[in-house]
Amino acid sequence: MPAHPKLATEFVKNKERAHWHDQSLWFVRSKRDAASQQIPEWELLREQASKIKSYTVSHLPDLLEDFEKNATAKGVHVHWARDAKEHNEIVHGILKQHEVTKVVKSKSMLTEECHLNPYLERHGIEVIDTDLGERIVQLQNKPPSHLVMPAIHIKKEEIGELFHEKLGTEKGATDPQYLTEAARQHLRQKFIGAEAGITGVNFAIAETGGFVVCTNEGNADLGTSLNKLHIACMGIEKLIPRANDLSVFLRLLARSATGQPITTYSSHFHGPAPRAEMHVVLLDNGRSEISGSDEFRRSLNCIRCAACMNTCPVYRRSGGYSYEATVPGPIGSTLSPSKDAKKYSSLPFACSLCGSCTDVCPVKIDLHHQLLTWRKEIRVRGLLPFSKRISMKMMGWMMQAPRLYRFVGKCARAIVPRLPRFLLYNRFNAWGKQRELPDFPKQSFREWMKKNHDNK
Amino acid sequence: MAPKVGLFIPCYIDQLYPQVGIATLKTLEHFGCDVEYPESQTCCGQPMANTGCTNDVGPLAKRFLDIFKSYDAVVCPSGSCVSMVKHHYDEYFTDNPEYEALKAKTFEFCEYLTNVLGIDKLAGRFPHKVGLHQSCHGLRELRLASASELRIEPFGPARALLESIDGVEVTTLKRPDECCGFGGTFAVAEEAVSCMMGEDRVSDHEQAGTEVLTALDMSCLMHMSGIIRRQQKPIRVMHISEIFAESL
Repeated sequence: MPAHPKLATEFVKNKERAHWHDQSLWFVRSKRDAASQQIPEWELLREQASKIKSYTVSHLPDLLEDFEKNATAKGVHVHWARDAKEHNEIVHGILKQHEVTKVVKSKSMLTEECHLNPYLERHGIEVIDTDLGERIVQLQNKPPSHLVMPAIHIKKEEIGELFHEKLGTEKGATDPQYLTEAARQHLRQKFIGAEAGITGVNFAIAETGGFVVCTNEGNADLGTSLNKLHIACMGIEKLIPRANDLSVFLRLLARSATGQPITTYSSHFHGPAPRAEMHVVLLDNGRSEISGSDEFRRSLNCIRCAACMNTCPVYRRSGGYSYEATVPGPIGSTLSPSKDAKKYSSLPFACSLCGSCTDVCPVKIDLHHQLLTWRKEIRVRGLLPFSKRISMKMMGWMMQAPRLYRFVGKCARAIVPRLPRFLLYNRFNAWGKQRELPDFPKQSFREWMKKNHDNK
Repeated sequence: MAPKVGLFIPCYIDQLYPQVGIATLKTLEHFGCDVEYPESQTCCGQPMANTGCTNDVGPLAKRFLDIFKSYDAVVCPSGSCVSMVKHHYDEYFTDNPEYEALKAKTFEFCEYLTNVLGIDKLAGRFPHKVGLHQSCHGLRELRLASASELRIEPFGPARALLESIDGVEVTTLKRPDECCGFGGTFAVAEEAVSCMMGEDRVSDHEQAGTEVLTALDMSCLMHMSGIIRRQQKPIRVMHISEIFAESL
């Protein structure tokens, strides 16, 4: 069985947990619906955001140059990284130069993509994730299972146990407020002891050379204000052309993500503080290649709100880890095959093509169509399992020959109802594991027509 | 003159649910259509297209056009198959005016009744609590009703038609338009998630008091009916055309 179905089956085995996961995320989707319904111009905003992003992606080289020029003028050091390896080396180089051994990081999926933490740890640098959810998964030694809510898959009882073990909280404690307070005290010590702060970037503005980081916990601000070195890591697609465009995205981002009108902190960084240093690392890591593809370019519009995950009925019931990718859910299934089509060939099929992701997307990425296009691509690259390929080929032949189709149908309708149950319902029939087959009728519609209707 | 309608009956409805074809035919004839069923039709190719095997679809798309191009309208009791013809055949026809014309005159059954024939009320009586499953392709590909994600004025002609039947009470769901988990080959390839999705949809209908579960697509109903029958739940499953035909 290919990757996603297997891991999803494991996840669904624990029905109670899978339901809890589904309901937690549906709750967020409902909050998002309520928030979007309060904005009369919601669809207009989506349209505008989509246009701005499409413009950005098609003018990326020029806009990046503008950004570099304007950021440099503000005293920001701008670095360019072709891939994850270069990115990590650049970050490490800056830290080494400043003899930094302790770093606090605000949540950044880009550093997850590059596996920055283990890299720095290998080089003797302590990296503490300061977003609460991200800190929880870090203490578990696991990656985030969701873009915006990295620990959404973990129950408070499990967090209680983890904190008891790692932070010395009372055994059996499950009160979220108590646990959050414990994490906060623990993180305060880390903030104070750190010598550098690493953040992600939600939006970088070409026109000004500044950038914006959105958090709900203020951890990006704490992590970058308490010390003299700030390194911001961004994917090149995080750019927007003008400061004026920002309002469109700030209105869409938090509403789509969690149903909040805006993130608690939208922190603007326009150059270093006096006697401090600010670095921006611009990472490509396959993005240019996607921007060159007519079919998948639109996936670079993504602002990482995770609305597609919250709405995806498959993600909700299979969990983020079933995708085995930094970015899970519909957008992850679109982006991951660009990186490694073979490894991620099951992801475009982990989708019922319901299209909810497309309608929920604040930047109007036609996600379910992109997934469909990936399925074609996977077939063309010879990565489709033989069983699927041959069954579709045979079905194609049969459907081109109406007489054969009629004959096969007639045989099935004559034989199937006579078969004993064990021949119909066994491990070879995935349909019949939890479902009954339809009752096979005596005659097909066309046979009925022949007898009862003047036909052509 | 009565419109000459080519009846497009998806392969699985032809083979497994003839009563749905019959109900569609009866309803269309009741409203004065001159309905023909072209015998040489088989399948629109959606299973192959959705698996990525688009090269196996081309010949079927061309056959489809040949079979149906001469009708005033092509009507089908499945939003999913209609969306296949209207939205996913483009790659097989470049600058083909016959295909462009076919696209414009291919309709889902309820869409044809309301938008083309202008029917907004059905007579008859069907005294049941009816649960309407909004099949995704009808909802989000053909836009036959408003999707809950969008900030638009709510609409839904199929629901309105159902509610116009005396005695019908359409039930209210907690998740009005979530996918049932059928998804074609998804139902088999991702069996575990597919069945959990189906179970959750059925549960939502159960808590809402649905007696008769209906949809514009028989495929979603085939999946949910399989679960209902395995779990022996007291919910009857009928395609929307069957309800219409029964209440004529």
